Amino acid sequence: MSNKESTSRTLLVALAVSLVSSVFVAGAAVSLKPLQIQNKLLDKQRSIASIAGMGGRELPAAQVRELFGETIQARLVDLGTGEFSDAFDAETFDATKSARDPQLSVTLPSADDIASIKRRERYATVYLVENAEGGIETLILPVRGYGLWSTLHGFLALAGDLNTVVGLGFHEHAETPGLGGEVDNPRWRGQWAGKRLFDGEGRLAVQVVKGSVDPQGTLAAYQVDGLAGATLTSNGVNNLLHFWLGEQGFGPFLARLRSKEA
Amino acid sequence: MAKPTAREVLLNPLFNNNPIALQILGICSALAVTSNLNTALVMSIALTLVTGFSSMFVSMIRNQIPSSIRMIVQVVIIASLVIVVDQILKAFAFGLAKQLSVFVGLIITNCIVMGRAEGFAMQNPPGLSFLDGIGNGLGYSAVLIAVGFVRELFGAGKLFGVTVLPAVTDGGWYQPNGLLLLPPSAFFLIGFLIWGLRAWKTRQVEHTEFKMAPQTHKEAY
Repeated sequence: MSNKESTSRTLLVALAVSLVSSVFVAGAAVSLKPLQIQNKLLDKQRSIASIAGMGGRELPAAQVRELFGETIQARLVDLGTGEFSDAFDAETFDATKSARDPQLSVTLPSADDIASIKRRERYATVYLVENAEGGIETLILPVRGYGLWSTLHGFLALAGDLNTVVGLGFHEHAETPGLGGEVDNPRWRGQWAGKRLFDGEGRLAVQVVKGSVDPQGTLAAYQVDGLAGATLTSNGVNNLLHFWLGEQGFGPFLARLRSKEA
Repeated sequence: MAKPTAREVLLNPLFNNNPIALQILGICSALAVTSNLNTALVMSIALTLVTGFSSMFVSMIRNQIPSSIRMIVQVVIIASLVIVVDQILKAFAFGLAKQLSVFVGLIITNCIVMGRAEGFAMQNPPGLSFLDGIGNGLGYSAVLIAVGFVRELFGAGKLFGVTVLPAVTDGGWYQPNGLLLLPPSAFFLIGFLIWGLRAWKTRQVEHTEFKMAPQTHKEAY
């Protein structure tokens, strides 16, 4: 046996340890992948259900599946024309992936790109809950945009008038815990319920303000308190809402729905 | 040094040589994950298993590891184990994995794991090293769970998420102490624990390493 400290021996041990470890890690990652994907989907669906006010974050898996099997329908929307589309299966359509595909996304001119997402996918999956008359009870739109450190991925739930907020929540972000991370705080999220998006003239008026909202102000119905100590995350939330509710986002789709409702 | 027995290596780290209370290691994660017992418990189990198995594997190949790369080899083994634990948590306890987020990954840099691999496993046989790792993990767990117990009970009025003291905000009578939910409170609690432990086992009290000499000349006018 050669000397333990020799160069060739050192390289050999390094190689062997790396090899065994990588096989071990790769094996675990590959074999557990299906379960993890399932968990991620369940977590997203649970988040949608809780934002739409249909159950808390603790909803059991069976109930979530039932909700998505019956009450909540996924529909694909062509963001350019604002029409429903059948180009892809709405349930499995991956917005994040298609935003990277030049065929399925558009580059945003920087003036329009207020949410700093750079590319926007051509299609988006929205979720609908219908009321007894076949109209819209709740409409859930996916939103995303840049905060301070990370892209915030979330959902905005609107009531049937397409103006009143039912809820807003983010299921994926990496903002500073305790500051920007407070976007997850139930108390802050609770403020969104009942807020209005558009003013009497149909202009986008919803706003995350710095500090707290003056309850006597004329704009109080459109405003939400900023997160203390997290101005950039608050601005990010404001920007992403303005982007996704504007012309580049779901604007055409909302306009089409409104004209159909009217 | 006398040869350590299995009983000693397993039980000594609990009180006599606690990694947090005596060696003051692993404080970072002890602050971060103890705001409730669920995360504290999962973190404890994860760290105990990682420390146990990494010590065992390091010890198994201790006679082969060239000393020039021994720390890198230890880190590779520890990192692999941590990634596997993280993957398992994501697959079977997704909610908890999300709450623990980066802290499971940070077990890699937890000084306790590295300390046991370098300080014990490199000199001792695999079985004993495994027990030593488990013992130190249990020592860490004991502190985490004690801190988590106090923080969750008095900070949120709950234990393992079950309401024990109904909080005012939910219509009860208990006014929760919000400070306990913030990381600094764990500092105070660990401080009290160390104080208590050293009052009980006076051998753990550190000797003064130096004495401040009185100032002899003026530096500013």
